[in-house]
Amino acid sequence: MHIPDGYLSPSTCAGLCAASAPFWYVSLRRMKRALHTRLVPLLSVFAAFSFIVMMFNLPLPGGTTGHAVGVGVAAIVLGPAASILAISTALTIQAIFFGDGGITAIGANCFNMAIIGSLAAWGVYRFISGRAPIESPRRVMAAACAGYLAINVSALAAAVEFGIQPWLFHDASGAPLYAPYPLRIAIPAMMIGHLTVAGLAELVISAGVVAYLQRADPGLLRATAPGAACEASTAGWRSTKPLWIALAVLMVLTPLGILAAGSAWGEWSSEDFTSASARAEIAAASGNVAAPLVPPAGMQRLASFWTAPMPRYAPPFLKSASFGYLLSGVAGTGLTILVFLFAGWILNRQ
Amino acid sequence: MKSNFIERTLASLLSASEYAAAAESVASSGGTLQRVDPRVKVAGLFGLILVVAASRGLRSIGAVFGVAVLLALLSRVPLSRLAGWVWMPVMFFTGTIAAPAIFLTPGEAMASLGPISITEQGLHSAAFLISRAETAATLSALLVLTTPWPWVLKALRTFRLPAVLVVILGMTYRYVFVILETARDMFESRKSRTVGVLEPADRRRLSAAAAGVLLGKSLQLSGEVHLAMQSRGFRGEVHVMHDFRARAADWCWLGGFASTAALALWAGAV
Repeated sequence: MHIPDGYLSPSTCAGLCAASAPFWYVSLRRMKRALHTRLVPLLSVFAAFSFIVMMFNLPLPGGTTGHAVGVGVAAIVLGPAASILAISTALTIQAIFFGDGGITAIGANCFNMAIIGSLAAWGVYRFISGRAPIESPRRVMAAACAGYLAINVSALAAAVEFGIQPWLFHDASGAPLYAPYPLRIAIPAMMIGHLTVAGLAELVISAGVVAYLQRADPGLLRATAPGAACEASTAGWRSTKPLWIALAVLMVLTPLGILAAGSAWGEWSSEDFTSASARAEIAAASGNVAAPLVPPAGMQRLASFWTAPMPRYAPPFLKSASFGYLLSGVAGTGLTILVFLFAGWILNRQ
Repeated sequence: MKSNFIERTLASLLSASEYAAAAESVASSGGTLQRVDPRVKVAGLFGLILVVAASRGLRSIGAVFGVAVLLALLSRVPLSRLAGWVWMPVMFFTGTIAAPAIFLTPGEAMASLGPISITEQGLHSAAFLISRAETAATLSALLVLTTPWPWVLKALRTFRLPAVLVVILGMTYRYVFVILETARDMFESRKSRTVGVLEPADRRRLSAAAAGVLLGKSLQLSGEVHLAMQSRGFRGEVHVMHDFRARAADWCWLGGFASTAALALWAGAV
């Protein structure tokens, strides 16, 4: 992925350097505003970290090993602006001091890996992780996809840059002056290696680091996850907020229940069997089959077993039926919530 | 141990430290280029790299390569080291990429190897790629091997690179070795505690955890560095001192670099 000198024409290198300049400028301004005096040490140390991570020999599925760029980790932990600057710095030192990547191709390498890679990783991570809690496995999956896609999009950009060279720059005999392969060869040749080995290396490091940070230091993942729930209780409140509102509305509307005439079928009391009006309602609701003249013996015996404090949703101490109905609704809902809160407390203690 | 990734990682970390130490030692030896003003070296060698990239003639690229080898010899850069650090890796990497071009580039067939043929254009193309990559890599290695890194950065400041970027590059370089040492210690201690063969999934988990720990340590280090900088009066303003003084010899060198570049460019364009 690190393009050496001689693969791209000077004009391509200059063009990509010019294309990178606005991203560097905007990122630097943003970071200066956000970090002020912390800018220099944070970017320096993080660039050094990215440099070292690029040297890690990562074991990959299938028994092979590979090196990652670390752009996924940088974008997820620091955000795109800091990632662009940190990875660009690491790539510049690699090119000038260690000869990994060409000096004339610094702009191209930064454009492909630091800029396209950071933006792709950040976008994919934010899109897939959404508002998932920091500890959610969804974030690990999002990091894996972010790393894998970022490195492949960067590789595709490099492949396109290689592929247009023979078309644009060749001598009088037709011999390519720079990268010799056209797009139809450059793209598959570049992508096969990145879709398999390099992409997997980036996937492993991005997902692995996010999974590790979720356990060891979740705070480091919060900077780029502003919408994520911090704790389970907050997540619960956020996700159930509409239900609580609906419950409150329903409670206010409970007096509407009084409008319904008579009792629900089968919910009769022993007194209903002796009341003429209630008997008529029972018969009407039961296909004109008359109810027994005396209440069933079992019903009579059990009716006195428990006397409800608010019988028929009408507390005896209230004269207003509507208010009694409303109060019954509030009391019932409150008791249900209390029961579940108590059960939750017991379960949490265990 | 099958696919001992810990040892391989340790080897890459060690080779980076060794290269830096060797570069520093060569840079402090009293060779010819070591005595030249760093600004002249940066301008001259970058200029030659650009000429190599722009040249359309193999002979001119070859001539610049010859000049680079001569400069290496005059600057007491051992050619064996140059071969090990630059020529061999570039030849291996670029050679692998360039070799198929000999057969795949359409053009006049020069020789046939069964169903495939070597084309003149393919040979030219491969030669361009390899010669450009080798020459540019030799020139950039010469700069680093004959100039201490802080001087390279100071010289870049002369060419209007923003001071904040120069400071970040300088600090990054310094902390690369601090973090490299930390990473090496982590892997060495892990290696000393590992008995038997790790399962592939454990190996991956170990690498990711190592990267995660290193990330945490790096961010903690950046906080400490920030506090240390603030305690010394750092308020966000960056200043870089200029204490280079060009002598007559440096101007001669600049003229030499400019003439070589112009000649190579002219020869390459013809």
